[in-house]
Amino acid sequence: MLYWELFWSFVQVGAFCVGGGYASMPLIQEQVIDIHGWLTMQEFIDIFTISQMTPGPIGINAATFVGTRLAGLPGAIAATAGFVFPSVLIVIFLSHLFYKYGDVAAVRGLLNGLRPAVVALICSAGLGFIILALWNQESIPVEWSRLDWRGCIILPLAFIALQRGLSVIKLLCLSGILGLFLGILGLP
Amino acid sequence: MQQQFQVDKDFYKKLFTSTFLISAFTIGGGYVIVPLLKAKFVDEYHWLEGDEALNLVAIAQSAPGVVAANAAISMGYRLAGWSGAMVALGATVLPPLLTLSLIAYCYDLFATNSYVQYLLKGMQCGATAIIIKVAWDLLQREYRRQLLLPLLIIGGTFVAHYFFVVNLMYAVILDALIGLFWLRDRKYS
Repeated sequence: MLYWELFWSFVQVGAFCVGGGYASMPLIQEQVIDIHGWLTMQEFIDIFTISQMTPGPIGINAATFVGTRLAGLPGAIAATAGFVFPSVLIVIFLSHLFYKYGDVAAVRGLLNGLRPAVVALICSAGLGFIILALWNQESIPVEWSRLDWRGCIILPLAFIALQRGLSVIKLLCLSGILGLFLGILGLP
Repeated sequence: MQQQFQVDKDFYKKLFTSTFLISAFTIGGGYVIVPLLKAKFVDEYHWLEGDEALNLVAIAQSAPGVVAANAAISMGYRLAGWSGAMVALGATVLPPLLTLSLIAYCYDLFATNSYVQYLLKGMQCGATAIIIKVAWDLLQREYRRQLLLPLLIIGGTFVAHYFFVVNLMYAVILDALIGLFWLRDRKYS
């Protein structure tokens, strides 16, 4: 049953993403693209982009988008509920522990192991993003001759702008306009 | 714990409306929403002490899941138990749920238009730059701390996931167990 599958997939995402919005992206990618094939990498990155520009946490935005695409509003509710379900149990459990014992070494250990894991997963997701931006395909191996010249122009510019402190929303608007401009120029 | 306020219908209404509005009009996720929630609950409504709110936020940040939702759960729970947690969580989740379902419908209508595709292509490159920067900053932070085991976890997990396509769940559970046994010390936090 689709609602249950959505719910359960996002329970797994919610249970293992430590460290805020970006941490959830590789886990959602695994569930939604690699395991279930619900979305393409292209659509997935579009969600990520849209989530940066709309209010609300990125993880919940992504869950809602995937759920809506697959099964309308009930699907969105199932995915979002799945995503926050582990949080509810874990946060309330941790609050209890905290008020009772102050600080718990075992919990600290678990989280200290998860944090570097998340760094690795974000790097891995980042590599997938780069390959799609520059080659319009989802994974290695790549051919240098099929490089997308628009990506090669916009990506470095966007990175430099970001390093110089341009805000995320402005960056996305400007790179969108640049993409539109280069697209209308209409070279191959 | 001393309650400084009355848990009644009016309280739930205030809790829901303030959380809903903050969630609806804040772009940028947990790092922006959490300070606003704190300002509302601590400085405006005086429901919580500043120190206590900080502890609750720390719990929210270390637990898995979305930081904003976690903060709503921990503060709501502290204020009014399970029903407080559910009201605050619902109010946090509802705005993005409504906005994004609307956008998802529009996406299907517009995504095949070639101008929209050019626009999205450009924005994808922008998003890629953002994720490169996030990854780079995180890597630098871990590298500067010069702790061997976390760096090994990063390298090992990356290779296992990207090149050997190991299921993420197994990799993450293994890393959590390594942490449980060898990373309990406070210097790893």
